[in-house]
Amino acid sequence: MRIGIDVGGTNTDSVLMDGARLIHKFKTRTTADITGGIQTALSALLASSAKRLTVDAVMVGTTHFTNALLQRRDLAVTGILRLCLPATDMLPPMVDWPEELRASIQGHTYLLEGGLEFDGREISPINESQIRDVTRRMASEGVQAVAIIGVFSSVDPTQEQIAAKIIEQETPHMRISMSHEIGRVGLLERENATILNACLSRVSESAVGAFKLAIEDLGLSSSLFLSQNDGTLMDAEFAIKYPVLAISSGPTNSMRGASFLTGIDDAIVADIGGTSTDVGILRNGFPRESSIAVDIGGVRTNFRMPDVLSIPLGGGSLVKTSPLVIGPDSVAMRLMEQSLVFGGSIMTTTDVAVAAGMADIGQKSLVSKISRTDVDEALKVMHEMAEEAIDRLKFNSDDIPVVLVGGGHFLINDQITGSSEVIRPKNGEIANAIGAAIAQIGGQAESIFSLSEMTRKEAISSATKEATTRAVSAGADPESISIVDIEEIPLTYLPSNAIRIRIKVVGNIPEIT
Amino acid sequence: MWQVKEEDLASISIGAGILGTGGGGNPYIGMLRAREMIRRYGPVEVLSSDELGEDDKIVCVGGIGAPTVGIEKIRGKQSYDALIALENHLGIKATALISNEIGGSNSLEPLIPASISGLPVIDADGMGRAFPEFHMKTFFVYGVPYVPMVLADEKGNIAVIPQALTGKWVERIARAITIQMGSVACYALAPMTAQQVRNTAVQNSLTLSKKLGDSVRKANQTKSDPVQAILEVNPGRVLFEGKISGIQRKTTQGFARGNVTIDGSGKFSDTVMEIEFQNENLIARLDDEIVCVVPDLISIVDSEKGDPITTELLRYGFRVTVLGFPAPDLWKTAKGLQVVGPSCFGYDVDYIPLELG
Repeated sequence: MRIGIDVGGTNTDSVLMDGARLIHKFKTRTTADITGGIQTALSALLASSAKRLTVDAVMVGTTHFTNALLQRRDLAVTGILRLCLPATDMLPPMVDWPEELRASIQGHTYLLEGGLEFDGREISPINESQIRDVTRRMASEGVQAVAIIGVFSSVDPTQEQIAAKIIEQETPHMRISMSHEIGRVGLLERENATILNACLSRVSESAVGAFKLAIEDLGLSSSLFLSQNDGTLMDAEFAIKYPVLAISSGPTNSMRGASFLTGIDDAIVADIGGTSTDVGILRNGFPRESSIAVDIGGVRTNFRMPDVLSIPLGGGSLVKTSPLVIGPDSVAMRLMEQSLVFGGSIMTTTDVAVAAGMADIGQKSLVSKISRTDVDEALKVMHEMAEEAIDRLKFNSDDIPVVLVGGGHFLINDQITGSSEVIRPKNGEIANAIGAAIAQIGGQAESIFSLSEMTRKEAISSATKEATTRAVSAGADPESISIVDIEEIPLTYLPSNAIRIRIKVVGNIPEIT
Repeated sequence: MWQVKEEDLASISIGAGILGTGGGGNPYIGMLRAREMIRRYGPVEVLSSDELGEDDKIVCVGGIGAPTVGIEKIRGKQSYDALIALENHLGIKATALISNEIGGSNSLEPLIPASISGLPVIDADGMGRAFPEFHMKTFFVYGVPYVPMVLADEKGNIAVIPQALTGKWVERIARAITIQMGSVACYALAPMTAQQVRNTAVQNSLTLSKKLGDSVRKANQTKSDPVQAILEVNPGRVLFEGKISGIQRKTTQGFARGNVTIDGSGKFSDTVMEIEFQNENLIARLDDEIVCVVPDLISIVDSEKGDPITTELLRYGFRVTVLGFPAPDLWKTAKGLQVVGPSCFGYDVDYIPLELG
């Protein structure tokens, strides 16, 4: 038995599952401290059964870390070690960060000798005594977490690992984040992701601690896992070290849940909420990842985030006529007070849908005054918005299944241009919690290989080995590893057929089959 | 004479991206480096060629290497180091700097040594757009020597190529050296005279970049048509408008080759455009008929915002407008076409100049 919990901005959704069977679902408001809502959800799910349940695992997708960054709250004093000299010093760490975020982590920056060329040769060897000195200085400066970033460390992580060992020896209490475990090629973006990870160390410890306590308080001995933003899980110990990998797991969990509920691995998933619709695309059961830099809290990063397009179309979106405009404003949570069908005075998309007979919500008589022309025009615009978003996400022009989840799915009818079929799965409103519950443990690796020095098969095998190591260290059963994605990107202007390979693997949680 | 200030960099990047015809690399890093230099040393002076005198020595600088490596092993002051090494090698002192390529991040490269040395940058460049190979510069076509060429890396290595058979040979040798240096380097070229700059450089390209960028940003702020704004600044033509319906990519011999297919919308409905590229966009066909070909410029911009899209970032579903601009006259002569005409990129077609509406 597993419990999947997804903490969103407004609601905390949860499910109790026995293998592939949904036993119970529960929705509650997200609390300010987050843990409160989780405790409520856990209690409710356990209470749903008369008998005592054995819950093997609890999986949590949380916005804790995103919130901490956005609110600049509880961030660790961070030290930054960039192994790069004599290269890259024209753009020091955090060169393009918002000022108040820099200030709130009190970044102590050190540029040291080290770093690699694209083919693994050293730019400079690292200087161990220099690293020791810097570590002592950081300790005296009150640094609590260190981010280590070496140029081209994804080609060979050795320099970062040696630096980490030295810091561990000198200051055993120091939290350490190594860039090769976190981000991709692209120094500033990977460095930013690593610094963000380091500064979340305290939040990750307290959040994971609180979740564990919530589980224990209910008499459960379940293992705790956190959702990663690529749709896989990491165990509690891994999550404490890599909180940044848990940012933005919400849309991913929704999409994974949609895939599970429909049995379809390749589809568009549109999650229509109160204010916006998040559209993503599933490939092999996982959301396509964004290929461009992702802004987190005002900082440019490049790591595995789902490619989600958010459009201002939701159940509470305002409808204005002459000229007809949908949104972007929305009554959001005040739908039941302010929309026409509930006796309010604001025309929303929900009112239009009810007037058109697409939904039975509130009182239909209250929207009979909306003219047929306005209803038709509004529906047309709403569909065009959805169709345009869907079209932007597709890989090619072939028709593709479209799965609609979320409370506002009734806004869109089944005639969607570009869709081969439109599916509204039962339990779509808790697709996110289901996605958390059914996830496997994942690991990713990316590296640059030269195909004149090894074959494509060897390169893939090497990257797979690294991805597997990461999945296993995140808690996966080594016997159960399978590859879910291989991406090959040939590199330009480089000699000898240089190629970048990204491998993603998943594995099962050891105690559960 | 004007000055490049920090607030101008965003506009110059956008304009340089449009002139980059799909190539030119990632503009973000180039912009950040120029910004750091301007913050440290102050605004950079820009002179037009007319303001140069007989004794001026103008040195062309640029970055060379793999763009994917350039976003990881970020460049520092290598172009300044190359400049100093060149001056020492020849026993001269440069009095001004000029960009090799206005298309893309090389547009801002001269600002780095300009800041450190206090020299001005000339409002001109060697391409008027972007091209994949070193020897494809207007300077060389019209007799400016391509050697000595000095390369510098970040580790303190300097390589001097004092002699080479042709510009293409410099490209080959320089690329081999650059790869050994770690695929990221900068170079400085033998100085030009004022006369050479006036006669062989594409004039006012930095000003054009800034104006293009300003017009796109203003259009976005005032919610007006950025494509119209672009064409008001730089005469050209809307070649196509539509949605990307397919992309194919292949990397051969180190260059990103491929083609993009666009399904037309609006007045281009029911027609299809295909553009072939080799880092830069080279040939555009509308329903199989060639409507624009290298050296004329083919730029793909976001239909709504007017932002240029590099070939690496093209994706299915993007709503794009394809713009054609005439190449600088320097490229359209027989000499110019011998270096950058369609046959130089493997197309067995005649160059027919872009017709403006």
